[in-house]
Amino acid sequence: MSFLSLDTMLQFSIVLPVLATLGIVVAGRHPNLREAVTITTSLVLLYFVSSLYQGYESGETISVQWWELIPGLQVSFKIEALGMMFALIASFLWLITTVYAIGYMRRHNEQNQTRFYSCFAIAIGSVMGIAFAENLFTLFIFYEILTLSTYPLVTHSGTDEARKGGRIYLGILLSTSIAFFLLAIVSTWFVAGTLDFTAGGVFDANVDLTVAGVILVLFIFGIGKASIMPFHRWLPAAMVAPTPVSALLHAVAVVKAGVFTVVKVIVYIFGLDQLQNVSSSDWMLYLSGFTIIVGSIIALRSDNLKRRLAYSTVSQLSYVIMATLMLLPLSVTGAALHILAHAFGKITLFFAAGSIYVASHKTKVSQLNGIGRRMPWTMLAFAVGSLSIIGLPPTIGFISKWYIVLGAMEAQQLFVIAVIISSTLLNASYFLPVIYAAFFKSEDQPVEHGEAPVLMVMALTTTAALTILLFFYSDNALELAQQLLPGNSNGK
Amino acid sequence: MLTHLPVLQVIVPLLAAPLCLLLTRSRLVWVFTLIVSGLAFVISGLLLQQVMATGTIIYELGGWDAPWGIEYRIDQLNALLLLIISGVSTVVLMAAHTSIRKEISPDRHSLFYILYLLSLAGMLGIVATADAFNVFVFLEISSLSAYALIALGKDRRALWASYQYLIMGTIGATFILIGIGLMYQMTGTLNMYDLSQRLPGVENTRTLFTAFSFFIVGVCLKLALFPLHLWLPNAYAYAPSIVTAFFAATATKVAIYLLIRFTFSIFGLSFSFTALPLQLLFVVLGLAGVFVASTSAIYQTNIKHLFAYSSIAQVGYMIIGFSVSTVTGLMATLLHMFNHALMKSALFLALGAVMYRFGSVKINDFHGLGRLMPYTMAAIVVGGISLIGVPLTVGFISKWYLLMALIEKGWWPVAVLILIGSLLAVVYVWRLVEVAYFKPPVAGNEAVKEAPLSFLIPIWLLVSANIYFGIDTRLSIQVAQAAAHSLFGVSP
Repeated sequence: MSFLSLDTMLQFSIVLPVLATLGIVVAGRHPNLREAVTITTSLVLLYFVSSLYQGYESGETISVQWWELIPGLQVSFKIEALGMMFALIASFLWLITTVYAIGYMRRHNEQNQTRFYSCFAIAIGSVMGIAFAENLFTLFIFYEILTLSTYPLVTHSGTDEARKGGRIYLGILLSTSIAFFLLAIVSTWFVAGTLDFTAGGVFDANVDLTVAGVILVLFIFGIGKASIMPFHRWLPAAMVAPTPVSALLHAVAVVKAGVFTVVKVIVYIFGLDQLQNVSSSDWMLYLSGFTIIVGSIIALRSDNLKRRLAYSTVSQLSYVIMATLMLLPLSVTGAALHILAHAFGKITLFFAAGSIYVASHKTKVSQLNGIGRRMPWTMLAFAVGSLSIIGLPPTIGFISKWYIVLGAMEAQQLFVIAVIISSTLLNASYFLPVIYAAFFKSEDQPVEHGEAPVLMVMALTTTAALTILLFFYSDNALELAQQLLPGNSNGK
Repeated sequence: MLTHLPVLQVIVPLLAAPLCLLLTRSRLVWVFTLIVSGLAFVISGLLLQQVMATGTIIYELGGWDAPWGIEYRIDQLNALLLLIISGVSTVVLMAAHTSIRKEISPDRHSLFYILYLLSLAGMLGIVATADAFNVFVFLEISSLSAYALIALGKDRRALWASYQYLIMGTIGATFILIGIGLMYQMTGTLNMYDLSQRLPGVENTRTLFTAFSFFIVGVCLKLALFPLHLWLPNAYAYAPSIVTAFFAATATKVAIYLLIRFTFSIFGLSFSFTALPLQLLFVVLGLAGVFVASTSAIYQTNIKHLFAYSSIAQVGYMIIGFSVSTVTGLMATLLHMFNHALMKSALFLALGAVMYRFGSVKINDFHGLGRLMPYTMAAIVVGGISLIGVPLTVGFISKWYLLMALIEKGWWPVAVLILIGSLLAVVYVWRLVEVAYFKPPVAGNEAVKEAPLSFLIPIWLLVSANIYFGIDTRLSIQVAQAAAHSLFGVSP
């Protein structure tokens, strides 16, 4: 099929973006060449990842062992359903975001663009490492690299505000991962003797339930990228970054790496059956429900558009955690789909926010009256993204929510159902008025401006179109999401 | 020739020291010293290889049998130490010629190299010898030359710092001597192996407890265990940069080596940890050291002070690993000795480069350093990240083993505390990063250039070692494991 074996492609999908930084730095003085390097790399990466997907679909086992870092702990990779889906999302959206970023960064005459594209590529390489990691140890390594490589992106502008935001960003992500996540990993290794992601979990049946409960809490809090309250503050703080960073990293790559890790830990380290008996999983479920509601309320009260989107993300991420913690095949399928759905919906919204900012320098919701007539494409895309986050057809957001609700019904979790209903209402009330104002209210102070640069509009229309298309062609995604639970997918 | 390696290890730098007097020109002396140190490095490499292949090497000085003559014994433990000392010494020396031109007046250059070699020979001697009195002799050689080296610092406070160290160090050395004397009185031997055979016979005597206590306190002074650390910050801060880089990586390690050697190989584990409440004492002091010193580090404005306090905190980690008194715990300590030597030599040498350009290492000098001296500052960032313990740096390996040791032992609270303590490292490292990358240079500093290659090459050699040994851990882990096993094998 191809001149490279699948195993080689797996390695290259992690190494290639990192190698690309060399090219980006060398070509640094020639913006067109530099951007060509980025675009080519993202195209090649997308090709690799989709070939891997084909290989995976045809039933091949694709895995690579790199080396043993500490005796017994390998750095190794293996393709599995959820990781495959995550890698597809991230590599595809990297391509789109690069197109968008070129438009955004150039129009803005941003400084240090070479550093920007380099760090971006390293971040994507580490996302691939996280997606394909065969064990928790490998995942942790790339998790930390992702944190560090995104710090220069968050603080890109170099202002005092950026420095403060960066401090919160790095402070929370690094602290939680060192203080809780690492401790949880070492404890798991000590108790279970392995960190490999194993179907059904790694703990044996007679593990002390209190210990398992404590480890679960350490994991959920330690994976700060999943942004559960009270460790969510880094996400709004990260909004000082240029919009392409907020769009890809803080709506897709970084935050999804967080919830992805949570799902992996719950499904492959604990195992759904094992966790049924662990009482702390209920508490974490309630906490995620709490995060959903409170996150939505804060979003509702934020006038700054990016901040509103950020809190919306905080709340949507906890959907994934909550759905997974219901510990039912249906709800876990919903969680996996929600990773996909939220990725496309939220990146569209951020793209729109960035495009509004570039075209009109508006950052507040209250300034958006009538902007739909000046920027029809942007605001239409915004509307599509909103529908998906609210969970209305015909968008992919509806499908993921559908599965989560089905799961909640099966589990007879009234709490979850109540959370979903109220959060949906809240989502609607912080998005719909924006759309209404944009299209139907008249402008306060008319300022002449048109659409954003064409590259940006192309990018956001693509993601918006896909948000709808995925609703109609969700089979492949659904299939991947169900493969997350082999032999378990026919329900309990 | 190969059979004489153990003695050559010590004798080569010892005899080379006076030869420096014959070479008058500064550059010649430097080249000569560098060659001698490099030779010592090669010898220690060969020794390590030999020990790992064939086990302990016993060398009788002058052909005299053990109890009468002096014996050198090289096992995995001291082979590792020899490698650390001679390796760091060699790399650090590469920058010496450039560095001391700015910091030491030309007529004292020969003196500097003589003292340096004496100090090197002293440390190597302490580690290589198997004779308790010989330990004291070499301890004095290395300490006296150290006092003089510190006094060479161009800041006048160097004299005061050196005097402080002289007083404290002499008290420590005297205590060690009293301890050794009492042991000799009880057993009639100074050979370490004989001591270990005869001490159990007199185990329950007050004299032995006294000997043990004197020895432990003396060594703890030398290794700067909190609260006996007061001599260290000033000594490190005001000494010439090269001296700081060399001592920060080696001096405290040698003292920790003595602690391990005497408690494990001579007094025996059961005596050391049951006769006195040493375990509890060391854990408490170690933790207190981690917290107090790390917190002090946060508030320092002299960056050499900052990293000196950080060194005291790192000694705390080593002592905690030691007090766990399991194979894993000891491995953690040994690994951290190796790893910390790499971090601190890299960091202090980079500070030496800053010193070379600015004449001081105040926090103000770091404003805008990311742009003024990008390679030096990048080295400090990588060194700092290693200090924090991010994966793929050496710091992570030590932290992993220390956590593992504590959890194996069931000391959960200590594990949590050291993790929280290590977050303080994030604070003091990131304080530097923020200043260097977000603040503009202080007025008058704008024209400062990057450090010369004679600095950058050794700095980046050490920085690469931080990463290399964080990825390929075979050498450090195998040796540490073999050493820990053999120490527990000798006295189970």
